[in-house]
Amino acid sequence: MKPAPFTYFAPRSLDEALSLLGQYGSDAKPLAGGQSLVPLMNFRLAKPRYLIDLNHIPELAYIRGEDGFLVIGAMTRQFEAEASDDVGRLVPLLREALKLVGHPTIRHRGTIGGSLAHADPAAELPAAAVALGAEFVVRGPGGARIIPAAEFFVGPFTTVLGADELLTEVRVPATRPGTGYAFLELSRRHGDFAIVGVAALVDLGPDGRVERAALALCGVGPTPVRARQAEAALLGASPTEDRFREAGELAAGETNPASDIHALADYRRRVAAVLVRRALLAATERARKGG
Amino acid sequence: MADVHPVKVTVNGTTYEATVESRRLLVDFLRHDLGLVGTHVGCEHGVCGACTVIMNGRTVRSCLLFAVQADGAEIMTVEGLARDSQFHPLQEAFWEKQGLQCGFCTPGMLMRAYEFLKENPNPTEDEIREAIAGNLCRCTGYQFIIEAIQEAAARMAGTAGSR
Repeated sequence: MKPAPFTYFAPRSLDEALSLLGQYGSDAKPLAGGQSLVPLMNFRLAKPRYLIDLNHIPELAYIRGEDGFLVIGAMTRQFEAEASDDVGRLVPLLREALKLVGHPTIRHRGTIGGSLAHADPAAELPAAAVALGAEFVVRGPGGARIIPAAEFFVGPFTTVLGADELLTEVRVPATRPGTGYAFLELSRRHGDFAIVGVAALVDLGPDGRVERAALALCGVGPTPVRARQAEAALLGASPTEDRFREAGELAAGETNPASDIHALADYRRRVAAVLVRRALLAATERARKGG
Repeated sequence: MADVHPVKVTVNGTTYEATVESRRLLVDFLRHDLGLVGTHVGCEHGVCGACTVIMNGRTVRSCLLFAVQADGAEIMTVEGLARDSQFHPLQEAFWEKQGLQCGFCTPGMLMRAYEFLKENPNPTEDEIREAIAGNLCRCTGYQFIIEAIQEAAARMAGTAGSR
């Protein structure tokens, strides 16, 4: 199908974009890479009366390291982040997750901020952001506010963003040297949305035991799921396959998947348990090698 | 009143100026307004890859871009592959290796393969499979497509520097 008619704006600055959003509010949609919004418009599931194209705002596209954070402008293209040395050095988990987002052709247009603000429960980047403890800078008429990733996602395709607000920047704490990481997913074909995905970070102490573990899953609930019980159970544990199997079972119990055309809820839970175990093993292997 | 905008784009080296409605998809602009019907419209939601074109040096889904967004852009479509009545080595290889059956996915396959071989002129079979994973062939002729891309890579290596 073809999109319903709309009025198109191409603001040249963030202030101009915010003023347009303030003027048109919920009748308007900001357009980032368009790899999710335009399909919805082509299906007429989304019929914004005003489309505010953010692709002409260079001040929203940047990547830099800053005081222990990787800082990414919301309009940074996914393929640029994937190729960035700063991303690979400071937050290697993010690079691993990015390689699983759609296909290279999709990542040429798709943006970091667009994927996060779209909040697809099966998407990789929201789960990675939650596992990494990222913070989102949001700007609106009242100025800027900073929202932790864990509080940003409230439901399928729903975030705390107001109709007059824009996600402008993502701040990811730099991963400690020596931290192991892994992003694993099961999908029908390479590049498809995940049936289940898992982001894992593991720190090993000097005694070789787990000092810290972070686990977040996608595809198993209305928002990314942080597996807190599994993380707590891993503290001080020996990094063995048996302990990771137990952590996988715990994590699966923390998920709340739905059944749909792609997979039944119970199948998703079983896959979650297996992927958590494998992601913990892969992350531990990297931690042993120094991250 | 329809919301219209002037656009100026260069497609396969020719510059076009037109006025488009804001909801005009780039793929429909190429096909209906410019008459470049080599680019195909498949799923219209970014899944099948049939509408893949190269914009400013990188492949994009032309069904997920509005024509107004391409203002000032340089675009290459499948019509830009052949030069002076000479097929591009990719086109020759697709022809000779039966890399197409119904031909619907072919323009997208060719544009993606064109970009991919520039990045990786000597790919393995697995790399080719991954590279075209975003382009669907409903005749399921993938094996011949992969062989065609391998053949094209070999031909292009033999004529290094041509294009």
